[in-house]
Order: sequence, then C-alpha cells, then structure tokens
Amino acid sequence: MVVSSTNPSSEDTSPETILELHQVHKRFGPLKVLCGIDLDLCKGQTTVIIGESGAGKSVILKHIVGLLRPDTGTVRFHGERIDNLSERRFAALRMRFGFLFQMGALFDSLTVAENIAFPIVEHSRAKRAAVERIVASKLRMVGLDGIQQKHPAELSGGQRKRVALARAIARDPEVILYDEPTTGLDPVRSDVINELIRKLQRELDVTSIVVTHDMTSAYKVADRIVMIYQGRFIFDGTVEQIKETTDPRVREFVEGRASEDVLRSLHEIEV
Amino acid sequence: MPLPVLATIGAKTTQAADAFGQFWGFAWQMLRWLFAGIPRWKNWQLVMPQFFEVGNRTLPVILITGLFVGMVLAVQSYDQLAEAGFEKRMGVLVNLTLVTELGPVLAGVMLAGRVGGALTAELGTMNVTEQIDALRVMGADPIRHLVVPRFLACLLLTPLLTFFCDVVGALAGWFIAVMLKDVPNGPYWYYVRDAIETWDVMVGFIKSVAFGGAIGLIACYKGFHCRAGAEGVGRACTESFVASFIAILVIDFFMTTFFQGLYKALYGFKSLIS
Repeated sequence: MVVSSTNPSSEDTSPETILELHQVHKRFGPLKVLCGIDLDLCKGQTTVIIGESGAGKSVILKHIVGLLRPDTGTVRFHGERIDNLSERRFAALRMRFGFLFQMGALFDSLTVAENIAFPIVEHSRAKRAAVERIVASKLRMVGLDGIQQKHPAELSGGQRKRVALARAIARDPEVILYDEPTTGLDPVRSDVINELIRKLQRELDVTSIVVTHDMTSAYKVADRIVMIYQGRFIFDGTVEQIKETTDPRVREFVEGRASEDVLRSLHEIEV
Repeated sequence: MPLPVLATIGAKTTQAADAFGQFWGFAWQMLRWLFAGIPRWKNWQLVMPQFFEVGNRTLPVILITGLFVGMVLAVQSYDQLAEAGFEKRMGVLVNLTLVTELGPVLAGVMLAGRVGGALTAELGTMNVTEQIDALRVMGADPIRHLVVPRFLACLLLTPLLTFFCDVVGALAGWFIAVMLKDVPNGPYWYYVRDAIETWDVMVGFIKSVAFGGAIGLIACYKGFHCRAGAEGVGRACTESFVASFIAILVIDFFMTTFFQGLYKALYGFKSLIS
C-alpha cells in the first residue's frame, strides 16, 4: 500500500496547511530516490519522517528549502509554488526556515557567537549590542549561555548540535527542519535534543519536520509520523498508530529487526 | 568501431562538456557577484583575511623561489656567455628571463601549490560538512561569501608576489655575477637598463594577474564540486593543482605570443645582441 501523506483537513489548501509537496520525483543518475511524494504539513505540528538510510529523507528536507529542485512535481509554501523560484528569490524565502544539519555544519573559522549572529548580521543592520543580546538569549534557550567565544572545534558533539540549533532559530523561523538531530549522540544527549525540539515547538509555536531513524526520538517529538520506503510513503499516522500497525515493512523498521530475506542472504555468505 | 567503445567516448565527451559548462557558469556567477559587490565595504571586510592567507603566508616560499632561480640562471649562463665574451650582458639574460617568464610563472606555480591546494581543501571540507549548504539555507550566497574574496586575493596579490620574486631573483643573479664571477658592476646594470623596457615588466605583471585569477577560480571551483569524503577532498586538491599548473602554461603561451606580436606591430623587432 502506498500512502499519500495528505492531511484530510487540508484537502483544499486551508490556512492550516503551511507546506505541500505534490507528486515530487527526484533521481540522481540511474538512482530513483523519490517516486511521486505527496506530503502536507500543518502549522505548529511536528512531523517525523522515518525510513532506512539512503531512503531519501534528507532529500525531502532539501527540496523544502530549495537546496534540491524536483525533477517533476511541486513544492508550495503558504499555497505559493516555490520549487521554480530563482536562487535569489529563494534566498529571501529561506530566512523563514531554520535548518539543523546532521553534523551541525557550524563554520569552523567563526566563534560560537559569530556563528549564531551570522544570519542576523547577514540580513539586518542590527547594532552590535542588540546582536549580542539575541545570541545570548538563543544560547540560553538551548542551555549553553557563556560559551560565546569558543570555536566549534572546542565543543562536544552534543554542544555543537545545540549551538547549531541556536543558529537555526536565530531569526525566529516559521519552520524548523531537523536532519537526524540525534545521530552520533549518546542516549542522554539525544534526550536533551528531543526535549529542546519539544520546548521550541511549545515556546516558539514553530512547524517542525524531523528526519530520523532513531525511534526513541521519533516517539518523543512526533505529532505525526510518516515512513518513506523505496521512494514512497508507506505509513502516515500518529505515534499510537505506528505502534499498532501490522505492515511488516513498518514493523521491521520500528522494532529494528532485519527482514527474513536479509538474514537468509547473510547466512548464505561463506566466511 | 565497436558500439561499447563509441558509447564510452560519447559518455566521456558529454561529461567533459558538462564540466566545461559548469566551470564557466561558476565563473559567470562569480563575476556577477564581484562587480555587484565592489561598492560595498562589507564585502571588502571578507577579502582582508584572504589577503593575509594568500599574501603573507606565501611570501617566504616566493622569496626562496626567486632567490634560487636568480642564482641558477646566473650560474648556468656565465660560462657560455664568458666564452663568447658576452659576460657583461649576463644581467640581461637573468633579468629579462625573470621579469617576463620565470618570475610570473614560478610565482604562479608556487601559489597554485601553496594557496590553490589549501583553498580547495578548505572549500572542499566546507562542502562535504554541509557548511556551504548551511550558508545557502541562511540566505547567504556562497559564491559572494567564499569565492569572490578568495578570487580577488589571488588576482590582486599574484602581481605583488611576482614583484618580490623578480626583485630577489635579480639581486641573487647580480650577487653571483658581480660578487662571485667578477663581472663589472657598472656594465652589468648598464646593459640591463638598456635591454629591459617598461613593456617587459608590464607584460610580466599582466601575465601574473591572469595566472592569479585562473588559480583562484580553479581552486574554488574544485573545492565547490569535490566528492564526499576524505578521498574526494584529496582528489580535488590534486586536480586543482594540476589544472592550475596546466592553465598557467597555456595562458603563458598564448599571452607571450600575443604580446610579442603586439610589440612587433607597435615598435618592430628588438635585438638583444646588437
């Protein structure tokens, strides 16, 4: 069964729907990654996209912020088509998005404060003192005030992710995209990030899209979970619904269990 | 010709054409941001650290190169010129070679090795760690932020580095000729002044500007288009140096031919022997 991940309440692009992906196809050379994805995202909701490594989860995020463009299909933001915007017009639109990259993507040559201040300085004429105040408040929000003068190389993995998150929310975005926010972190640090995602949704009322294959994280932060498999969505529902689903492909994933075919092929390999 | 061979040739040709188009598209975008950004002080602030990286850190290597090239030219040429009785004209050979050819070319090659590789490695690492994507997501253009300052630093500082290479090389050649081989000091400089014109010096500097621009552009392009992983960055650095080196030689040939023809058309043939 292939699921078209469209909110029933938003069939006619009601004001609630903030982002829509319609029949998005993407291929890299001979490799088909997205095969007609449909996804509607509602304001203030946290949607978690799960799926195997290489299934195309990050590719969906990159289509939303225009880092990748669909081969066919459309992406709409507040009802307006954005996938065909020029790079210059998209640059202006991207200020309404925050993006937490998998490895943080902090600029090595800049300090923590300069990293967080970057999107503010780039797009406004704010005074130095005002920028410093915003930086401090964003760092407090992620529980890291006082490390402004450190460089990314001096931070632990968890701290780097939190600084990257502070940078992602520096301009109070409407939508925050999280690309595998807990990858490479121990369970305690992962839980800190999960709590932060919840906290930001509560305090800033942002729409969040989280890409992950960490089910603990998915259960903790999701209002809605969708699963991508071989370029299509095969599940769309709540945390309770995914726990009760009988679809073997979804069950194998959420339980972290390899399929019978994979296990058989492993046993056939002679060592 | 078998079909698979034809298909391979076709695929390679398409790839090469694609890469060529991508490179010039990249260069065009860089030029657009370059001219749009010149009046803004904010952009020049991005160039200053690159001046330090390109200029200050390359100067010692350039000085050592100039020193030894000047000395080698003098040592190599002395015996032959002395045999023919032309040793007083040694300075002409050493300085003209330095100013028009070896100064710009060797400064360019050293810059390609020292700076080009470092620029490709830096941008390549930024690319594979998604820092370039992060810039775009924050609404900043990576070409304006990363490429234009590095290109400008290479373009503007290569002539200056070439000047230092020329001066040190000239002094080194003079030291070998006058201090060690007993060539008289007065005639040495007299022939140099007589033979080398402003034209020669300007041709050398114009060449060095072209070399600097090519090095900066190739290094940034390779960094922006490197493949993922440590191997991808390493390979991009090697490709960057090789492509810059070849570009220097090709540009040198065409510019030498062009300026020689232009000189002849304007002033006629110039003999250094008579």
